[in-house]
Amino acid sequence: MNVNYNLPLDAELFPEGCERCSFSQFLLWLAVVGLVLLWGLYAAFLVLSTGLGVTALDDYFGFGLWITFDLAVIALGAGAFFTGLLRYILNIDPLKNIINLAVIIGFICYSGAMLILVLDIGQPLRAWFGYWHANVHSMLTEVIFCITCYCIVLIIEYVPLILEQKQLNKNPLLHHIAHNLHVTMPLFAGIGAFLSTFHQGSLGGMYGVLFGRPYAFRDGFFIWPWTFFLFVLSAVASGPAFTVLIATLMEKMTGKKLVSYEIKSLMGKIAGTMLLVYLVFKFLDTGAWIWSIAPRSGLDFDSFFHGWIYGKWLLFSELILCGLLPCFMLLSSSMRSNPALFYLAALLDCTGIVINRYVLTVQTLAAPVMPFDRWVTYSPNWVEWAASAFVLAYGALLLSLSYRYLPVFPQEIRLNGGQAKKL
Amino acid sequence: MSANKDFNVRWGMAIDLDKCTGCGACMVACQAENNLAPVADASNKLRVMNWLVVFELSNKKPFPDHELVYLPRPCQQCGEQPCATVCPVIATERNEDGGIVSQIYPRCIGCRYCMAACPYHARYFNWFDPIWPKGMEKALTPDVSVRPRGVVEKCSFCHHRYMAAKDKIRVGGGSVYVPGEKGRKHSAIPEDGYVTSCAEACPNGAIVFGDLNNPAHKVYRLTRGNAHAFRLLERLGTDTAVYYLSSREWVRRLGDNYLQDEETQKPKRILPNKH
Repeated sequence: MNVNYNLPLDAELFPEGCERCSFSQFLLWLAVVGLVLLWGLYAAFLVLSTGLGVTALDDYFGFGLWITFDLAVIALGAGAFFTGLLRYILNIDPLKNIINLAVIIGFICYSGAMLILVLDIGQPLRAWFGYWHANVHSMLTEVIFCITCYCIVLIIEYVPLILEQKQLNKNPLLHHIAHNLHVTMPLFAGIGAFLSTFHQGSLGGMYGVLFGRPYAFRDGFFIWPWTFFLFVLSAVASGPAFTVLIATLMEKMTGKKLVSYEIKSLMGKIAGTMLLVYLVFKFLDTGAWIWSIAPRSGLDFDSFFHGWIYGKWLLFSELILCGLLPCFMLLSSSMRSNPALFYLAALLDCTGIVINRYVLTVQTLAAPVMPFDRWVTYSPNWVEWAASAFVLAYGALLLSLSYRYLPVFPQEIRLNGGQAKKL
Repeated sequence: MSANKDFNVRWGMAIDLDKCTGCGACMVACQAENNLAPVADASNKLRVMNWLVVFELSNKKPFPDHELVYLPRPCQQCGEQPCATVCPVIATERNEDGGIVSQIYPRCIGCRYCMAACPYHARYFNWFDPIWPKGMEKALTPDVSVRPRGVVEKCSFCHHRYMAAKDKIRVGGGSVYVPGEKGRKHSAIPEDGYVTSCAEACPNGAIVFGDLNNPAHKVYRLTRGNAHAFRLLERLGTDTAVYYLSSREWVRRLGDNYLQDEETQKPKRILPNKH
């Protein structure tokens, strides 16, 4: 047998024609990721064995970092369904070069959010009650249904990529399964877009229906408050940008070109366009909130803000600094052609959406509604941070394994020297 | 399921803030009656189990015009509940037999969405397993289930007492409902036959409990057409079953949010003709 001992130990598993770092270097990286995973596992053990009292949550802040984290990653993971929609339904062909990564990120975000929810609900063994005793009037019921269903869709979208691993793909059965799944992918892209639109919306609806909380409450259309539509739009405005940022981060870490700049720029343009649409409605919504919802509730604009921690700078940052500014930058072709400015714009875009999820989760609960009540503040403790870091490490692990062993990036060979390397 | 319907019987309260001294007997009685476990570290007041909390209201004027008022806040048993509509698993609902908003502990998954929805902060989460100091478990109320960690709980208007009062009538061979005016049915339970533990414990009789729809009940007379009556956060439309009474305008104004140029709403405008 012809074995090249200069190649890494697991070289036979690499995607055809791709080079990877040495196995020991890879193991070292996995060890770092593993440490964070262990830290998170310890926190999870504490929560599950002792109770949610080990977190910094309390009766005023039933929602905190974890719900913010869930909403944020689900919005940022929207790159999967939206890119899938554009690639398979609207036939924007160049996106085939980034769709695999978008699907993996989507899967990480959704499965990660579900992992966090296992900790966040007080009785995780009753999680199935959402199906069995469903309250069809609750936005959260719709979220439970759609997130679990969509996670299955993401698995179906992820499986063919796994089966295309060089060694697995040699098996005729697996090869044909992968091929046939690819053929049916437009169907799953469609189902994914449908499910994802509704649960992104319902996550927003969760806040918009809180008529006892004027900070979050919104009027709307039929049964859907405006936040329903705003969450869908903001997710598709940030998801593609997040996918670009992750691709770039992977490029920096691996020292390779993985996605051509034109594709990234196209994703940025899409994100910028959706951000513009989102911001138009978001500004209208903010106006209606200030001039209609607030006075109707006997409150004025100032009463929604408190000190530095819940100050107006958050609204300014969300709408201007991380809203209008990245929108302008992403839509300007000259700024998009400058990598530093382009990545900064993508980062600001994602930050703005995270701020939106944060204020709707935390500031909603911090703001007193009874006039004799008081503002309360919330700061997550290490247990909440550790569990969140666990999901990030889990994402890093999945991305690392996928990058090393799966043909994630169709352009990789061409962008890094052209010739398929003989092993 | 949780739509605001005009039920035959609507249990409610009238709490006279002019009579409340803030002694806290209602809170203690509630804790003892409803098997609320003592919290190991009660320094964090946002983690302490109190189905009923006494708030301190101030007119924020300097001496000698400074005034304080104490406001006991049980669950407001809303007709239009912010909480029950959002619960994903129907672990809380408004019962048509009396309009009390229930909490079904074995059903609750502990997502705390209801807590986020309630503007009155009337809902509490079991952050840890309940532990009673040795011997104290012998004083638990047998009719009230204790709750495990990870579920939400709240004031039930001492619902077990309602059940017991109905059982007493049934055992005697009677019907739990009697015909009232205009085709309405009233509960056959005498006015003092079902009283919540807080109302029972109040030394000043500040808390009056009864059927808001029964003209024979004191709470009916206290709440209808009373210029001193108000409800908390009336303009949110929660249609609560707990009324407060105060002769002081600043207290009534603190019952809801008002813009600077708005007048405190008069009860005749805010109280519906029929409850």
